[in-house]
Parts: sequence; structure tokens; C-alpha cells
Amino acid sequence: MSRLKQIYSWLDHRLQLGKPLIEMAEHPIPNRTASWWYVFGSAAFTLLLLQIVTGILLALVYVPSAGEAWNSLNFLNHQLTLGWFLRAMHGWGSNFMVAVVLIHMAQVFLFGAYKYPREFTWTLGVFLLLMTLGMAFTGQVMRFDQDAYWGLGIGASIVSRVPWVGGSLVHMMLGGPIIAGATLSRFFTLHVFVIPGLMLVFTFLHVWMVLKLGINEWPMPGRVVRRSTYMAEYHELTTRDGLPFVPGGVWKDAVFSAAIIAAVAVCAVVFGPFGPSGQPDPTIIQTVPKPDFFFLWLYAVLSYLPPSLETPFLLIAPVLGIAALLGLPFYAAEGEKSWHRRPIAILVLTTVAVSFGVLTHLGTYTPWSPHMDAWSGGPSIPARFLHTASPLEREGAVVFQAKQCRNCHSIAGYGGQRGPALDDIATRMTKDQLIRQVLQGGGNMPAYGKNLSPSEVTALVSFLETLHPANEPAAADAAQAAATGPSGH
Amino acid sequence: MNIPSHPEENPMPQSHAPAEDRLTVSRRWLLLKIGIAFNAVVGLAITVPVLKYLFAAVKPDAAYKSWVSLGPIADFPVGETRLAKFTNPVRLSWDGETSGVACWVRRVAEREFQVFAINCAHLGCPVRWFPQSQLFMCPCHGGAYYADGSRASGPPERGLFTYDARIVGSTLQIDAGQMPTLSNTAKLVQLDGGHDRTKGDSPCRG
Repeated sequence: MSRLKQIYSWLDHRLQLGKPLIEMAEHPIPNRTASWWYVFGSAAFTLLLLQIVTGILLALVYVPSAGEAWNSLNFLNHQLTLGWFLRAMHGWGSNFMVAVVLIHMAQVFLFGAYKYPREFTWTLGVFLLLMTLGMAFTGQVMRFDQDAYWGLGIGASIVSRVPWVGGSLVHMMLGGPIIAGATLSRFFTLHVFVIPGLMLVFTFLHVWMVLKLGINEWPMPGRVVRRSTYMAEYHELTTRDGLPFVPGGVWKDAVFSAAIIAAVAVCAVVFGPFGPSGQPDPTIIQTVPKPDFFFLWLYAVLSYLPPSLETPFLLIAPVLGIAALLGLPFYAAEGEKSWHRRPIAILVLTTVAVSFGVLTHLGTYTPWSPHMDAWSGGPSIPARFLHTASPLEREGAVVFQAKQCRNCHSIAGYGGQRGPALDDIATRMTKDQLIRQVLQGGGNMPAYGKNLSPSEVTALVSFLETLHPANEPAAADAAQAAATGPSGH
Repeated sequence: MNIPSHPEENPMPQSHAPAEDRLTVSRRWLLLKIGIAFNAVVGLAITVPVLKYLFAAVKPDAAYKSWVSLGPIADFPVGETRLAKFTNPVRLSWDGETSGVACWVRRVAEREFQVFAINCAHLGCPVRWFPQSQLFMCPCHGGAYYADGSRASGPPERGLFTYDARIVGSTLQIDAGQMPTLSNTAKLVQLDGGHDRTKGDSPCRG
């Protein structure tokens, strides 16, 4: 034992780290802050370490070359012992990290922890969030498959919308004129050197400030932050009702971190690695590209924006959003921290969370996209629709199926959701309205006037006119009926 | 100098700078300023080539584009739209499959072609041609285009991007080389609907 002590004191005399580390471990934290609510920051840090370790282990095998990356991923998945597990850990670690960082940020916002004197801790945190998302996107590119390829295409198309320098930015992003070898090389550099390097520096400063300034106290209604008095109040709080960080607060961090890593490992074992999907061959166009989970909300936004708003939104909204996040602690450096006294903060957080949830949910089933194979790959129109149909109406059903109407319109629960379901279309539109809609399109529907012969239109519309419930008549033009139909009813 | 075995009893000696007169100090500050200026000059001299290296991929569109053959025109029946594939003229040996490019070739008449980029004008996803309904549809956000490439519906702001095309002997050639986006299509034709081609947009017509 004394031998160990001797070695320690020999080392510490040279390292000079013992004293500051012990001071750090013993610094007092407010009693109520030793709470399970405060474990997300340390969990994010643990996940960062997990990503670094698994990332290095994957880099032992992965080939960052456009011609070989996909093959090396499949080698990892199928041939190398437990390669699939490392890929799964890294992939699930990424998902958990984005989630934990977002939860950490929401908690810090909810607890008013960004207020004086912790404004800059929040600022660095915003950059760490952006870098985490940057790692998630560049990581998706490392999985060099069809989704990665077309995801880069979407990225390049967004970048190309920047006025004046858009073309040059696309060349910079792709490393050349097309998505190819140079593109993967530079995204590899970003994913492995540039962003992780910055992240480590920012994380060090972020944690340094948390330790030096002290962890945020539990917000109490009426305990208002003032620049002039806060430091003294905080000092008083930690001395009167405080406990040392080690082990008082840190044991919960340790338990939660271990639980998170265990959860990542369980997900990795149960659900396995992500992809790779099809090979990154741009001439294979039978593909439905989709971003990873945390960008699905953006995918949904991009399909719902009106065309004229798209470029302004894409270029201005991120700038405003990031500016709002960065400006927040400077706008609201003082005042109430408690959520009981911050209704607008609660409203903002709820709105953001609900929007994120709804848009992500929409992104999982993409109601705006035509189902490319619905006309040929699914069940045909059920017999009950054609049971009593005339030959003309049946011919119309064939036109309906063969002209890919079903890629956008569902019947009997099968088909695209781009346009309305047509199960009872006849109750909403008269014959003339149906003809006009088919021929001229409009309301986001292409015009079929040039693509259908007059007899096909007649057949199609007569089929559509049968689509109404038995107890509900088809819509009719009253004026026309009065002018041409038999009188007496 | 041996490090003592009981450091607690022998704290590290503090370095005591000898008292310096103002003249010496100002000379050292001057030397430091010279050192900083020297670093600035060297830094600047190195930055210029580094930036040139970093921006090497930024070139005018013409530097990337050249005429590429899509094969004999006999491969494209009149009145039909077919998928054609070619290898990008600017490529690296480690590009693998990614140097391949696909495009849609529409043979309007015996000697009249329209060649559309595979990339949707919205966000670059690959559009698919449906001959039955005479529409191009995009799987990503639901953009749709008519047979002549003009916009039918959905989020795209414009029609499909087109390549300039010409017939040399009996082969079809297009002027290609980079991924078509909204930023590099100024010289390409904006289709405005209908089957009438704007005069002069297709070199193969002369």
C-alpha cells in the first residue's frame, strides 16, 4: 500500500494533476441538483466516447473509397467476426446520442440553466448540437449506399439554391462535378477528423465551465436570477445546503451512463446494424431514398412547402433558428428560472416537440410521395366495386389501374396518399367535374388530357361515378338535371 | 538536479525572473513583435496555396462539361422515352459505380431528341418514367412532370433539367459532365409546356 502511495506521489509530483482533480471532485453542488434530471449531459459525453471508440474500431476495416466502401460495409456485416455488432453499436450509438443531446438541451431550457452566468455554456452547447447533427448526416454518408448517394444529391440541391455562389458551393461540397470518389473522401475527412476534433475541444470547454461555474441549482418559483447577486446566492446555497459532487451527484450520472450504453448494446443486438441498402449505383433508379430518423422531419417540411417558399425557407429558416438559439441566453440572462413562471418557454418547447413528433411521424410513411408500384405491385380493385358494373365501367377500372392513377389515389385502402382516396369520390364530384379534373388536372394533379383518349376518359369517369356508398347517391348537377332530365321529382 | 523524494517537504521552487530594466523589456517585446510579424508573413505565404488546393474543385461549368455519346440513335424508337446510361467524362479511377450517370432520352421525331436529367428539379432524386400515363414521377417528394419534361405537379418550381443534344453520324451525343442543379442550369432550356420546342435549343435540329 505504501508502495502504491509512493508511486502515486512520484507521478503526481510530475503530472501536477492531483490537487485540481480532487478540488473538482469535491466542489459542492446544491443538494436538490443531485437529481435524475441532471444525468443527460454526462450521458451525452459517455455516448460521444462510445462513438469515438466504436468509430476507431470500424475505421480499422472500413475503406473510405467510393468504389470499395459499400463492399467493405458488407464485409463488416457478413464476414468479419462481430463486425455487424460494431456497426450496430456505432449506428445505434448515433441515434441515442442525438436523442440524449436533444433531451439534455430541452432539460437545460426548461430549468433556465442557460441564464447568467452560464450563457456561454449554452452557446457552446448549441454548437455541440449542430456538430452532433453534422456527425449524424456525415455518418449517413459513410454508409455509402443508395440512401447516402441520393441524400448527398438532396444536400447538393439545397446548397445549389444559395444565390450567386450556389454552383461553387456544390463543387466544394462534392469535391467535383458529381457525387463520386472525391465526395466520399471529403465527407470521411469531416466525419473522422474535422467535426470530432472540434467536438472534443468544445466538449472540454463546455464541461470545464460546468465544473467551474457550478451546476445549475433546482429552479424555485420566486428565486429570480440577478447579475448583481447571483454568484453570492449560489455560493450561499451550495455551502448551506450542498454536498460534494463526488459521490453526491456523480453516482446517478454513472448509473445512467451505464444504462444508456447497455440500451445501445441491447438495440444493437436485437435490431442489428443499419444497412447498407442497395449499392450506390446512380443508374439504378428503382429506389425510394429516405433520410435517417433524425432528418425525417426536414424531409416532411420539404414536401409540404409551397414551391415559391422553398428556397427562402431553406436558406433563411436555419439562420434564424440558430440565431434564436444562440441569442436566447443573452436575451433572457436574468429572471425566473422556474417553469411555473415561464409559460411562453413551456409553450415554445411543447410546440417544437409536437411539431418534431408530427413531422417525423409523417416522414415515416410519406403520404406526399406517389407509391411507384401501387398500379402494378398490389392488389387489384376489389370485386365488390365491380360487382354490378357495366362493361364500360369495368373498362374504366382497367384504365384507372393501367394509367397509374392508383400511385397517388387509394381505393379500398391500397394506393398512394398524394391525392384523396377515391372510395366515395362520386359523392363529392359530379360527372362534369370529374371529366374536367381528369383532363385538366389542377390542385396538384397532373392533366391527363393528352395521355387519355376520349373513350378512355369516358370509361374512367363512368367507373369513378360508381364510387359512392349504397345509401348515398352520387353528386349530380341540379341545374343540368332540371334542364335535361325528366320532370316530376 | 535531483527531484527530492518527499515533494511535500520540498515544494517546487518558484521561478524568480531577475529584475529587468525597461530597455531590456522593450527589446524583448520588439523581438516578440518581429516574431509575430514573421509568422504572419509565412502564414500568409502558406495560406494562399492551401486555399488554392482547397478550392481546386470549384471550376466554371464549361471545365467539367464535354460531349458524351449515348449510343446509336437507332436504340431510341421515335415517340418513346428510354433510360440511357453513360460514364461521366470527369472521373477518378476510384469512383466505382458512382461515375455512372443515367438520363431519359425522348425521341420526339426522326432527328429530334430531348434528353432529360435523371435528377428531379426539386431536390435531385431520380425521377421514373411511366409510359402508360406519360408522366415522370419522383419518389422523394412527389414531383411529377409531363412527357416533354414540363412541370405537372408537386414541389418542383420548374420542368426537368435538359442536356443539350446533337446527332453526330448516327450516334446521339449530349453535353454533360456535372450533376444538374438549379445553380448550373442557366444555359439550359427552360421548358414551358407543350410539344413545341423553342427554336435553337437543340443543336441537333440544324
